[in-house]
Amino acid sequence: MLKDITIGQFFPGNSLIHRLDSRFKIIMDIAYVVMLFTASNYLGLIAVGLFMILLYIMSGVGLRLVLKSLRPIMPLIAITCILNLFFIRGSGEPLLNIGGVIMIYPEGITTSIFMAVRIMFLIIGMSLLTYTTSPIELTDAIERLLSPLKKLHFPVHELAMMMTIALRFIPTLIEETDKIMSAQKARGANLDTGGLIKKAKALIPVMIPLFVSAFKRANELALAMECRCYRGGEGRTRMKQLHSGLKDYIALAVMAVFFAELILLNIYIPYLGIPYMVP
Amino acid sequence: MGDIIKAENIIFEYPVLDEDGNEVSRTRVLDDVSLCVPEGQFLAVLGHNGSGKSTLAKHFNGILLPMSGSVTVDGMDTKDESRIYDIRQTVGMVFQNPDNQIVATIVEEDAAFALENLGVEPKEIRRRVDEALKTVDMYEYREHSPHQLSGGQKQRVAIAGIIAMRPRCIVMDEPTAMLDPKGRKEIMKTIKLLNREHGITVVLITHYMEEAAQADRVVVIDKGKILLDDVPKKIFSQVELLRSVGLDVPQTIELMYELKKSGLDVPDDLLYEEECAEYLFDMLTAGDKK
Repeated sequence: MLKDITIGQFFPGNSLIHRLDSRFKIIMDIAYVVMLFTASNYLGLIAVGLFMILLYIMSGVGLRLVLKSLRPIMPLIAITCILNLFFIRGSGEPLLNIGGVIMIYPEGITTSIFMAVRIMFLIIGMSLLTYTTSPIELTDAIERLLSPLKKLHFPVHELAMMMTIALRFIPTLIEETDKIMSAQKARGANLDTGGLIKKAKALIPVMIPLFVSAFKRANELALAMECRCYRGGEGRTRMKQLHSGLKDYIALAVMAVFFAELILLNIYIPYLGIPYMVP
Repeated sequence: MGDIIKAENIIFEYPVLDEDGNEVSRTRVLDDVSLCVPEGQFLAVLGHNGSGKSTLAKHFNGILLPMSGSVTVDGMDTKDESRIYDIRQTVGMVFQNPDNQIVATIVEEDAAFALENLGVEPKEIRRRVDEALKTVDMYEYREHSPHQLSGGQKQRVAIAGIIAMRPRCIVMDEPTAMLDPKGRKEIMKTIKLLNREHGITVVLITHYMEEAAQADRVVVIDKGKILLDDVPKKIFSQVELLRSVGLDVPQTIELMYELKKSGLDVPDDLLYEEECAEYLFDMLTAGDKK
């Protein structure tokens, strides 16, 4: 179960998407999310979808990974669908009416499909950023983008450092959790059966050793960092510099044009096919 | 050549606390230890668990400061806070668990960490990182993520992160304790390469006798005091003394020791496998001729 997590994983490559400046990629990713929520009809959604598919083809990230990234959020999508299905009240006759309590309208069906597709596009699109950008570049970019906040005494460097270390230790701690779970199972711990509360309680003997070891690791890491002359962000240089070039500005321009088109689409064809409102 | 590390009469104590956090007594970890490490030497520090050998190592680059006495690194006192980064750059330190020393998510980024902290120019960092990774033979793994590597490889990355600073001395605190035999061999090879080819002074803290036997000089620590300080051959021939402080002896020495005890006239300082095997071979073939 723990090994299925693909969100936040990096898949090295050399495509144009990989080579874009990570700062621009973050900005474009945010723009993509805004775009997705601006698209208020199917036409807009399909347009955003096609744009996203085009980017994926350019990046060379495989379809299997895309599907894998969707798996953990399936329950969320299902809940959204069900809620929309039952609670959206349409103007016409309900398709299904059970005692006046459960009523399904055509609007409910279209809305729930719309919402499900939107959430899927959201996750798939945002995953592209982490698939094509190394964690180091990502934290670097965040540090650079947030650097104006330094003037407000916001600990930007520390935040970026914490993110790097967290990313570095995720696989280590996952491995460790697996080991502790096996060790506790070997001592007769029952981790897999029982209700939710019982299961949560059974995790205590896993969590405690994990925390103890995490603190020990933190202590040793701090020592090792001190030995390598770490003294915060002041006066620090970076081996890999972020370079923005013509391609980054072109990419940003393409994104802006696309965004503008989407807004026009919203204005001129507000409710194509479905009587659905802007969220 | 002069001494790169000079420790004079250092004393270090840990406070022993009761349940309320009050100090009840003090445990003396280092008791009046004096030790000089000449530049270019490969020194092994041997000792049982709790003998104080790790505490001693942490004094060599100012991680711990002595309660009395002094430690000087290339003429700089470790108590001098203004020079602490010069000291840490001169004496690098490698720890036991490679996992807990690697900061970055990519091998080459980790090797660059120290240089980035020191504010070196990006181009110079690139050059020194490549050089360091080539020295420890991890260059082709430079774009890997540390969790894809074996223990020995991770430890070599940790060493690269230190040698990128171009230290003149490296202190290694049981760098092989968590590794498999293959990883242990890799690290010993790297250590010897650094010492012989690059002239870096090495202080190796260990409890493996086979590793200590490869050093130029061995210091045995017991209960916070220096017990023995000599070349490996002289140290390991004192089998009873070593055993009395909870240390083992290399298999070659043990074999000779047992042979001697059972009445054979053999030397007791045949430390290295080849010389031991050669001696036994000569002895046995001579016996055949008779």
